[in-house]
Amino acid sequence: MTVHPMSSQPPLAALPRVDFRQAAASAAPKKAVALISGGLDSMLAARLILEQGIHVEGINFYTGFCVEGHTHAIRHHERAMPKRNNALWTAEQLGIKLHIIDVIEEYKDVVINPKHGYGANLNPCLDCKGFMVRKAREWMEQHGFDFIITGEVLGQRPMSQRRDTLPVVARESGAFDRLLRPLCARLLPETLPEREGWVDRAKLLDFNGRSRKPQMALAEKYGIKEYAQPAGGCCFLTNQQYSHKLEDLWATRGSKQYDFDDIMLLKVGRHLRPRPHFKLIVGRDEGENNFLHGYRQRYTHLYATSHEGPLVLIDGNPGEKDIELAARLTARFGRGREAETVTLTVTDTAGNSREWQVAPMPANVIPPEWYL
Amino acid sequence: MSHFMLDARQLLCPLPVIRTQNRIAQLSPGDTLEVQATDPGALHDIPAWCRVHGHEVLETRRDGHEIIIRVRVCP
Repeated sequence: MTVHPMSSQPPLAALPRVDFRQAAASAAPKKAVALISGGLDSMLAARLILEQGIHVEGINFYTGFCVEGHTHAIRHHERAMPKRNNALWTAEQLGIKLHIIDVIEEYKDVVINPKHGYGANLNPCLDCKGFMVRKAREWMEQHGFDFIITGEVLGQRPMSQRRDTLPVVARESGAFDRLLRPLCARLLPETLPEREGWVDRAKLLDFNGRSRKPQMALAEKYGIKEYAQPAGGCCFLTNQQYSHKLEDLWATRGSKQYDFDDIMLLKVGRHLRPRPHFKLIVGRDEGENNFLHGYRQRYTHLYATSHEGPLVLIDGNPGEKDIELAARLTARFGRGREAETVTLTVTDTAGNSREWQVAPMPANVIPPEWYL
Repeated sequence: MSHFMLDARQLLCPLPVIRTQNRIAQLSPGDTLEVQATDPGALHDIPAWCRVHGHEVLETRRDGHEIIIRVRVCP
């Protein structure tokens, strides 16, 4: 007697309908790592994916050029303004973990040798995005996550978010189709999470262009009332003045190198280069003076003792006449600027101090090109 | 359960948070970590980082220019 293998089973019509994609998803909950910058777009992208039942954790990279954090802490030291980290704040609003990764050393190659070049300033945006997605991909692989999400919007940025450059990021990072951009996914080819049914493509968005209105409307829908809107982006390399100071640093050293202290000091104070072989870094408020104070053993430094005024570092190898010029400039930026003479203390890197008396330099004789 | 110290003085945020995160990754549940910092931002950011990762902030205080944050590591 032959036993029909199906004979003991109910007819097909009576079987419950099984969505195999859902079944697979529920068997192994999928996990996404979200690049969280602290701005609105990455917050919305993560929120969209959380809504689809995906486990999301955030990742944030510290390059040394980030605008927030340091700048808040250095300047306006005593102000009551919140000194929060926006990426952490975003993670807290979303209820997700955030991993902050120090990439200061590795990032140097991105800044110094960008394969795709710079933007309007020294911003290597396309290389930067490729680097960050690559680091996220490595993290994803190390931690058993399934895909990466970013807040990129097609057409929003002139360099890294164009139709022809979005695939470059996916390819050069090695993320390929495990990189999902939820805010504009419907305008792009399907990615692995969509094809496999981990996320529903129909619930993803088709944002396009530089307008922020769709993001703001979505934020309103989600009840997100507070989010960071950095006017000049979140990276000092997009800043013209900062880039000019970095170019000056490379030009005077004769090589495109920097260390962490270099790029920190470029964020602080007025920078004046009166002579090719030295420049001055002049504190602009108490917070900056305190910060520069931490560098006084590495640089010849000076400050007025007869009047209130800034702490000034001399970066370079000044001679006697240079120190006199630096002293006159230091006097110019202090409360003694209208006095006949100002007394200053100048201390070299060996710790030897001398007192100088100089006439403050009038503002109208400082050539504008000295200011970096 | 052990008690550990972390000197994050003279570092500006987010570096104190990163150092805290990396140190806690080496500790066991129940251990405590006392972080010393000087950046006022740490007073906000380290507790925020602890909240999103489920670690318990036992104490935050200022001692002159120094900020002390004690954390108990949770599973």
